[in-house]
Amino acid sequence: MEYLHLTSYQKDVLKEIGNIGAGNAATSLSKLLDKKIEMNVPSVNVVGYDELMELIGGPEEIIVGLLFRIHGEAPGTVYLILKVEEAEYLVRQLTNDQDFSLFEGKQDKEMSLSALHEIGNIVTGSYLTALSDFTKINMQPSVPYLGIDMAGALLTAGLLEISKVIDYAIIIDTEIKLDDQVKEGIKGNFFLLPDPESFPKIFEALGINDHE
Amino acid sequence: MNKTSTVVKVGIADLNLVIAPGTIRTSGLGSCVGVVIYDATKKIAGLSHILLPDSSAAKQVKINPFKYADTAIPCLVNSLLENGARKFALKAKIAGGAQMFQFSSGSDMMRIGPRNTEAVEHKLSELNISVISMDVGGNVGRTIEFDPQTGNLKIKKVNKEEFFI
Repeated sequence: MEYLHLTSYQKDVLKEIGNIGAGNAATSLSKLLDKKIEMNVPSVNVVGYDELMELIGGPEEIIVGLLFRIHGEAPGTVYLILKVEEAEYLVRQLTNDQDFSLFEGKQDKEMSLSALHEIGNIVTGSYLTALSDFTKINMQPSVPYLGIDMAGALLTAGLLEISKVIDYAIIIDTEIKLDDQVKEGIKGNFFLLPDPESFPKIFEALGINDHE
Repeated sequence: MNKTSTVVKVGIADLNLVIAPGTIRTSGLGSCVGVVIYDATKKIAGLSHILLPDSSAAKQVKINPFKYADTAIPCLVNSLLENGARKFALKAKIAGGAQMFQFSSGSDMMRIGPRNTEAVEHKLSELNISVISMDVGGNVGRTIEFDPQTGNLKIKKVNKEEFFI
């Protein structure tokens, strides 16, 4: 199978899938925080592994990554990626603990990390529900796996399945912006990395059979 | 190859060489393993950033040999020998092989860090290259930098002081 030459039509389809998912996720997050959420048009990129790291600021960039395995007919991996400040901001909003910091302070972080897991659950759940409804493919997210570490270290975990087959990953990227008049805002990134065998299923479900 | 005092960067599933006074580094090792093979007297070193343990698991016709432990290490050794290193003098230092996420399901893919480390050690012993030191396992990412002048491997982890092995 060759993914390097996706037709622009196929890219549009994947983009639209991302759009629908992001729309749902943005709505959930908006309800959760009681704030207006903006989403931008996602991009679909075919990138090498090193480029993938560069997309989020290089392999050494410290990120908060929530990984979900997708179980069901079209397995894959979803990442919700937040910058450290963004994750802290979200937790502060959700727990009303204005002093929360991921690395400093001695307070018990269990509650805050649990809040992060829950944010991931809600946002990713609604994202996958949208995908699943649209494609009529059964997709179930696993429990969230939280990692706070270097981008390179966290992201390669999601590339392992794909790396046995190809040296590139298709990223359906989605940005969600929290827009209020205050300076602080968040910009979450979704990376949807379908396993290689899932692409034909997704294209078929959408009625595109000429994906070869 | 690099003869000036610069840092040679090695990407994922890639390898490269350096001669003192330069250094060589790779960033964001998670389950991947960084293998440094060097000739201390000739002050030449090679670094390989290995993603997977075994090329026989590949489902590709044309594989990238730098991606797998069993193929990348021989490539690295050959390229060192071609550039003046001596087979008998080769030593190794390794780092990485962490498990970044504690998956509950027991899929083999999820144990990839330890499997990478095992595969690397196995291949090195097959080639009679002894491992001088290593820092592997755990659930943390690592950035490593090797200086062929001193033979020190610098390891940086998130929110930890750098240290040398």
